[in-house]
Amino acid sequence: MDGYYAFMLIATALVLMMTVPALALFYGGMSRSKSVLNMMMMSYIAAAIVGILYVAVGWSMGFGGEGTFFANPFELFWLDGVTTDAYIGVMFQMTFAIITCALISGAVEGRMKFAAWVTFVPIWALVVYFPLAHMVFSCTDDSLICGRIGAQDYAGGTAVHINAGVAALVLVLLLGKRVGWPRDKMRPHNLTLTMLGAGLLWFGWYGFNVGSIVFGGESEEADMAQFFSETGRTFANTTLATMAAILGWLVVERVLHKKATSLGAASGIVAGLVAITPAAGAVDIEGAVAIGAIAGAVCAWAVGLKFKAGFDDSLDVVGVHLVGGIVGTVLIGIFSTSDGAGGVDGLLYGGGVDSLVDQVLGVLVAVVYSGVLTAVIALAIKYTIGLRLAEEDEVGGIDLAAHGESAYDLHTGVGGSGNATSVLAPKTQKEGV
Amino acid sequence: MKLVTAVIKPHKWEDVREALETFGVTGMTVSEVSGYGRQKGHTEVYRGAEYDIALVPKIRIEIVVEDDDAEDVVGIVVKTAQTGRIGDGKVWLSPVESVVRVRTGDRDAAAL
Repeated sequence: MDGYYAFMLIATALVLMMTVPALALFYGGMSRSKSVLNMMMMSYIAAAIVGILYVAVGWSMGFGGEGTFFANPFELFWLDGVTTDAYIGVMFQMTFAIITCALISGAVEGRMKFAAWVTFVPIWALVVYFPLAHMVFSCTDDSLICGRIGAQDYAGGTAVHINAGVAALVLVLLLGKRVGWPRDKMRPHNLTLTMLGAGLLWFGWYGFNVGSIVFGGESEEADMAQFFSETGRTFANTTLATMAAILGWLVVERVLHKKATSLGAASGIVAGLVAITPAAGAVDIEGAVAIGAIAGAVCAWAVGLKFKAGFDDSLDVVGVHLVGGIVGTVLIGIFSTSDGAGGVDGLLYGGGVDSLVDQVLGVLVAVVYSGVLTAVIALAIKYTIGLRLAEEDEVGGIDLAAHGESAYDLHTGVGGSGNATSVLAPKTQKEGV
Repeated sequence: MKLVTAVIKPHKWEDVREALETFGVTGMTVSEVSGYGRQKGHTEVYRGAEYDIALVPKIRIEIVVEDDDAEDVVGIVVKTAQTGRIGDGKVWLSPVESVVRVRTGDRDAAAL
């Protein structure tokens, strides 16, 4: 299995790239120019915090043994007892924990205290993500979603996307809308960054989905044969679903709003990838195209819900990740084939409603678990250090307030500093402050 | 002397500058501005949300000229900046009492 090992080194680096910098670029471009650095920093700091926490207790809680919700956090504390030839598996799962936390950040653009985010992320990873990763990915007999319910989730439709989407919704409801929203709709400030980020996410997603293969382990030959056939399936499904989702999104957009937009194409990429994440191993290529097209179309419609319901999910984490995650996870119950990794036929292939019921139960567990515990964590932060930036700092821009930086200096015409306002502005800033 | 102020479409700026230089205008002040007239901006759509962009980018040109040249300069700007479509802009004339060249202290016609 040398080939598998070499592949996992690459796949793990690809998934880390999905957060740093792909997601940061995707979200950064959609945010406002006064909050793009904070938006990107939320991803970068999540990588740093969650990565180290994962090695401390995350791996042990996820994969350290039996448990309905999570395994003993101290069984493999700080990788005690884990040999270095198993480290790449730890690193791979670590990158999933990182991106799940980072995904939430898109909902809270420009108004969440940086200190609150830095507090929220490790607690949320510990209380919400590590257990859900156990329930889905460890697949011990007693693990809730995979073992007990038996829902299929190849690479994280429930544990990653539904989980992050629900957390984003809860956080937005407790945080409130941005000053001026929705009268001022706050359009994206740099869609070229978003297009670049979406493309990098697609590239990285091959690590995410294709790298999520779990072997039967009966013999080396059988595992090798599985490696060849299953990676081909997941690679093709990931690709085709994404393409179908771009088209699905653009068609709906063109019909509803008269224009096929670049942001629609970028969003379609992500919606398709989200939806095929749980289903990458379960379906054949027709199923992948169907799931992608449906996800693209449904998410293109779902991003409008926030205006009707009045919650400021700024960059549509709910509309894309929660909705796309549910679409992909539930549709496994329809399009799953027994040739696939789960070995289960869905409704369309004569398997009846059993698979569909399992998938819906899996979704419900993820929604309830993530929703309730995210609310507890966010309320605790809200009534201690506070979630929300002071209004004057929000209006002036969180980049300046939280980080003391501005993303852009486009005024090169006047003065040696390259800042047109600096010659006129009062000289109050002191050196080193 | 007169101050000619013109607000034009940005892509017409090079044509206008060239025509004015050919006529003999030696200098001008140019700024990137935004505003709207009867055109009332435009609409953009991001993820299905329609944004009314009230302000349209324009170029504002300011030129101080001698009284005799004023109408010619206005005519050149109008001729070269015109596309015939909505949003072509405006040109207006205002009286100027006095002009001083900062480098030399020259006044009025000598300062242009």
